[in-house]
Amino acid sequence: MSTRGGTLTRLGSRLGILSRVRERGGGVGGLALLFMAPAGLVLLIFLTYPLALGLWLGLSDARIGTPGHFVGFDNFLSLARDQVFLLSVFNTCFYTVIASVIKFALGLYLALLLNERLPLKSLIRAIVLLPFVVPTVLSAIAFWWIYDAQFSILSWVMIKLGLIDHYLDFLGEPWAARWSVIAANIWRGIPFVAITLLAGLQTISPSLYEAASLDGASAWQNFRYITLPMLSPIIAVVMTFSVLMTFTDFQLIYVITRGGPVNATHLMATLSYQRAITDNELGEGAAIADAMIPFLLAAILFSYFGLQRRRWQHG
Amino acid sequence: MTNVTRRDLLKAGVAAASIIASPAFAEPEAGAQLRVLRWKQFVQGDIDLWTANTRKFTEMTGIKVRVDTESWEDIRPKAAVAAQVGTGPDIIIGTLDDPHKFPDALLDLSELATYLGSKYGGWYDPCVAYGMHDGRWIGLPQGAAGACINYRVSHVRAAGFEEIPKDTAGFLKLCEALKARGTPAGMALGHATGDANSWCHWLVWAHGGKMVDAKNNVVIDSPETVAALDYAKALYPTFIPGTRSWQDPSNNKAFLAGEISLTNNGISIYTVAKNSKDAGQQAIAADMNHTNFPIGPVGRPTEQHLLLQAYAFKYSKYPKAVQEYLRFMWEAEQYEPWQEASNGYVSPPLAKYTESPVWTRDPKVTPFRDVVKGMLPNGYAGTLGAASAAVMGDFIMVDMVAEAAAGDRTPKEAAARAAERAKRFYRG
Repeated sequence: MSTRGGTLTRLGSRLGILSRVRERGGGVGGLALLFMAPAGLVLLIFLTYPLALGLWLGLSDARIGTPGHFVGFDNFLSLARDQVFLLSVFNTCFYTVIASVIKFALGLYLALLLNERLPLKSLIRAIVLLPFVVPTVLSAIAFWWIYDAQFSILSWVMIKLGLIDHYLDFLGEPWAARWSVIAANIWRGIPFVAITLLAGLQTISPSLYEAASLDGASAWQNFRYITLPMLSPIIAVVMTFSVLMTFTDFQLIYVITRGGPVNATHLMATLSYQRAITDNELGEGAAIADAMIPFLLAAILFSYFGLQRRRWQHG
Repeated sequence: MTNVTRRDLLKAGVAAASIIASPAFAEPEAGAQLRVLRWKQFVQGDIDLWTANTRKFTEMTGIKVRVDTESWEDIRPKAAVAAQVGTGPDIIIGTLDDPHKFPDALLDLSELATYLGSKYGGWYDPCVAYGMHDGRWIGLPQGAAGACINYRVSHVRAAGFEEIPKDTAGFLKLCEALKARGTPAGMALGHATGDANSWCHWLVWAHGGKMVDAKNNVVIDSPETVAALDYAKALYPTFIPGTRSWQDPSNNKAFLAGEISLTNNGISIYTVAKNSKDAGQQAIAADMNHTNFPIGPVGRPTEQHLLLQAYAFKYSKYPKAVQEYLRFMWEAEQYEPWQEASNGYVSPPLAKYTESPVWTRDPKVTPFRDVVKGMLPNGYAGTLGAASAAVMGDFIMVDMVAEAAAGDRTPKEAAARAAERAKRFYRG
């Protein structure tokens, strides 16, 4: 801390700021606050204000074009009796849990594979990243065609292979639609998990594996007692981001199903948009968005404790 | 030296007459500049003529006008943001009851609407419902991207029908016959803002069901609605599989691919097929035709169409220039050539404009001519406003029909659930 203070003092002296701050009765603490002010201002304008506005709108009966009045928890009480909202909460949780678990399992598997000695390793890694690089809307449109009731390439291939005799209705039945959009999300999300975990794998010292092999450890024991513990801080961070991105997903659903059929794929984010913008109920839409905050906080706490563990591991 | 021809003089005379004949508000502010956001064209001729007319306006008045286009569903959030933050385009040409969501943010266009109405044979009743709020005009209807029954003539004949039956009972028989021959119908039951809302509202209204009564009481859970849903339950099995996931483009694709022989749509399928260089598509254009929706037990047309209308914001610095631009574009000298170039995509809101030859030159276009006259507004039989827009935006009618048609719920249960959902928006 003293080193940091010294650096600040030297920098402040050089810029001539320190003397001015001292003249006005401020110390190094004041200078530090001054330097932090721009960042604080950015956070205040771009993070705190929108969040506070969202919370306020959720407690108001605002409609587009009208400022709205404070209505307390009316929006939340009304939503608690709204079957479509409750369905969207279920859909969001189901979508997030299933997609995140599968993305993690497949992403970790892919990372382990890519960590092996492979020919054209760099090229393969670049290809793996592709689904993540493609703009979400484009991949969503591609999936919309893939799942089309009349023009699905999946159905076409299966018919040609003699596996089925009619086109499948991927998006027409509630559960089929749910699984279909989850599959699209998994396809899009795996590269992020895989490449980040791969980066984590490459930070594990080979000497640990060498020592383990001298002790006669099996491949499973290597994974269980070296790879997994060493990777767990990265897993915590990756999965936090993955859960956050999945929970707040909008584009895939909006393009592929618009929440249909009969709201079976509406997520909280898509319903929030629909209520706030399409339906004009800004207050209620904001309340739906606010209702996502506890879930998102839980994910962030998960990350926080993951990072704590890392500190513990490093003594 | 510039050569001035007789034709140029005539043109200038017409232009001057047009300006002189305009009412009092037509004295734009000096140095005015306008930004217009309108729905993206489906027919190229539409935007070409719109742009040419706008250029003409600039040449005559010196007012620069920038026209941006967005898909009509993307106009809605942009309009909402403009109304909310008080800045953005001076004029938006959007859809349906959007101006009724933020009437206080909009300019009063009453004088202009009255002028146009009296000059061009009067606004059709649905336009009055869509354009007026609390006794003043907040929107200027541009027309409707009307929907008709699009069908393959040869398939209908092969099914034993010379034409599309005029009543709902006959229509069901036709669809059953088409299905039996392997050339089924298909209408969207997914969250398709245009197509699904269009036919689901027609179906319920045709049987006497309605979301609200004249006093905005929710009355959708009624025997009439149940009768409509019973009909939907019988009609749905005649559709091609997969219509529950259909969005707006789905029926266009299926029709143009020859997968379905009947659907509800605007004139865009026909226009695309006719203008295609592909022989197969041209054959479809030659073999297809349009007709209005059948009449249900209520005994009169009960159609729902995508009304297009302009509205202008109070925050505009140039309210007179705004109204002058709208007046200019809605005058016959500009509207009629634009209507011609749009090839029947926009059905006129003013009686006089139905006389244009574009509606009779090609008989396949004629059914679209009068759709505005016979349509019902979204919030029928109540008033347009935030609640009607929300009920439409939440797909309550579509979901109800889809649930009953596919058998997820009985018609009675589906109607009760729709009523419960609608009451949340009509509570105030």
